Amino acid sequence: MNFGQSFRLALKSLTTSKMRSLLTMLGIIIGVASVIVILALGNGVQGMVDEQVEKLGVNMMQTYVWGRGDGSTMDLDPDDMYQLVEEHPEVLTGVSPYVSFQATLRRGDEKFDKTQLYGVSEVMFKNETQATMDGGQKLTAGRFLSFLDVERRSNVCVIGAYLAQEAFQGDALGQTLSINGASYTVIGVLDQLSTGEMLKGGPDDQIYIPYENALELMGARYVTLYIFTSTSGETAAQAKEVIDSMLYDRFQGDTDAYFTQTMEEQANLINAMMGVAIGVLVAIAAISLLVGGIGIMNIMLVSVTERTREIGIRKSLGAKRKDIRRQFVIEAGTTSAIGGLLGIALGYLLATGVGALLGGMLAAQMGGGASFSAAPTFGSVAISFGVSVGIGVLFGYLPANKAAKLNPIDALRYD
Amino acid sequence: MTHLIELKDVYKIYPMGDETVHALDGVSLSIDQGEFVAIVGSSGSGKSTAMNIIGCLDVPTSGSYHLGGVDVSTMDDDQQAEIRNKMLGFIFQQYNLIPKLSVLENVELPLLYAGVPAEERRDRAIRSLERVGLADKWKHLPSQLSGGQQQRVSIARALAGSPSVILADEPTGALDSRTGREVLSFLKQLNREGDTVVLITHDNSIAVRADRIIRLQDGRIIYDGDAHDPRAVVQPDEPPEADIAEQEGAV
Repeated sequence: MNFGQSFRLALKSLTTSKMRSLLTMLGIIIGVASVIVILALGNGVQGMVDEQVEKLGVNMMQTYVWGRGDGSTMDLDPDDMYQLVEEHPEVLTGVSPYVSFQATLRRGDEKFDKTQLYGVSEVMFKNETQATMDGGQKLTAGRFLSFLDVERRSNVCVIGAYLAQEAFQGDALGQTLSINGASYTVIGVLDQLSTGEMLKGGPDDQIYIPYENALELMGARYVTLYIFTSTSGETAAQAKEVIDSMLYDRFQGDTDAYFTQTMEEQANLINAMMGVAIGVLVAIAAISLLVGGIGIMNIMLVSVTERTREIGIRKSLGAKRKDIRRQFVIEAGTTSAIGGLLGIALGYLLATGVGALLGGMLAAQMGGGASFSAAPTFGSVAISFGVSVGIGVLFGYLPANKAAKLNPIDALRYD
Repeated sequence: MTHLIELKDVYKIYPMGDETVHALDGVSLSIDQGEFVAIVGSSGSGKSTAMNIIGCLDVPTSGSYHLGGVDVSTMDDDQQAEIRNKMLGFIFQQYNLIPKLSVLENVELPLLYAGVPAEERRDRAIRSLERVGLADKWKHLPSQLSGGQQQRVSIARALAGSPSVILADEPTGALDSRTGREVLSFLKQLNREGDTVVLITHDNSIAVRADRIIRLQDGRIIYDGDAHDPRAVVQPDEPPEADIAEQEGAV
């Protein structure tokens, strides 16, 4: 008996009892759909992380300085960091203190209490690119903080597009707003980050002021975070070494006093964590595939019993064990393969739907025109299909073998 | 010379509880090419066991069975399946057609298992259906046909593989007498055309349509000869009461 005939027979018995076939496939459908969705979403997040890193610049790194808990943080001054950059032009191109917190802003009667405030130095805005060091943002009006602004701790600010629109109706330059009670003059407006509507607390709800002003507003005494840029992504690791060796000397070998992380390291860390989370979720989804396989085995055992007489007839006409076994294995494989295809279709729809929803949320959160697409990869589709066929064949083998070993006399007499 | 079917001293012994049942108790018989033989016996006589062994559905406990000169009494499952496929055509009381397959697909089955290519399979199945006069019904499902037609389809299926022996197990049992007679006439006609037919039945009136009768009782042959000999249809010289009691015991 050839494959095509077995396959047609399998399709025939599947379509004669549609409800039963569908219920049998349900486990496989759910399992495959879950795997597809999880892998697609994981893929989407990974893609977004990579894109974000690319955007921020692979040559960026963050250095946290906590000191040794004995006031030695004071030993380190932003000037030391500027000097470090000057001494190592082969790897470092810039550094800025980075003091950030959520501030409350007022403009007239209007209150903005979700605004992200960044205390930085003039180095944050790079002259070569005319854009910020961290987000690559350009100015739409005015200028960025200058050396003198920072040196004199001037009450000046550069605001995000959201504030410019909401607080000043687009005409912000030279106007003032109050930050935690102190009055600041707007000297520059940044371009819009969000792709869609700008939201309160979104990426465009931001403000840059001199870092020492920010420290004071926050009630902190020292800068604990610096943003460095290296000459390129390739030199980032070298740059990190330069920074760390200086800090090692400064804090007398206490490696707990500071911590430097390149963007690449950060992305790797996020991706590794994502990988573990995806692995756990896929393992859970795989349980559903197992349950689906057992369901198929169960229904195949029922089917063998119901069709005992048919098996007897086939055997009396010359069907060998392998013919009968093949017929039932193909039937089980076809059932799970169709279940797998339906699961892939369902998973695709869910992944696209959830992806669009989640993508919108994440993009609003992360800003920078972050895009999120949760399309299932060809690989995950191919593997899901293969696994579902494999499950059918695996779990169909036992019932098929039972059918193959039936005694033709008993089978013929069976009612 | 070799006979087409040759059983020598065949025993079939089943354990039943603590006792053993001798379903066949030393049966020897031979059937030649072109014969029309009826194996007759009441329930429990061993005729079904004989049919299973002749049909290669079962193997004897001891003794030998040669079919077409080949010893088939020691074959395993799959070897027997091949013999059934190549040499035997079954006709059952309950027709035993597969309900979800069309008439043509049912008739094609033995050819399918013989590995005949699709086109040839179809041609031979159609020719076989023509022989039973049902070629125009090839698309139908068995349930759309009458009992007599279904039995003719099963005859067509038995013929499709061009077997050496046609083995008919109570072929008229499920049919009304008129249709039953038609089926018998058809078997008779097949025999005239050269086919070897072995008919298994409990009914003397059907058995006499064969040329030769082999009567079984308690697993032994008590008559083997011309169907028209009066002794062929006479019950053995035992009191009727004892016969009935024994039959019930066997059931």
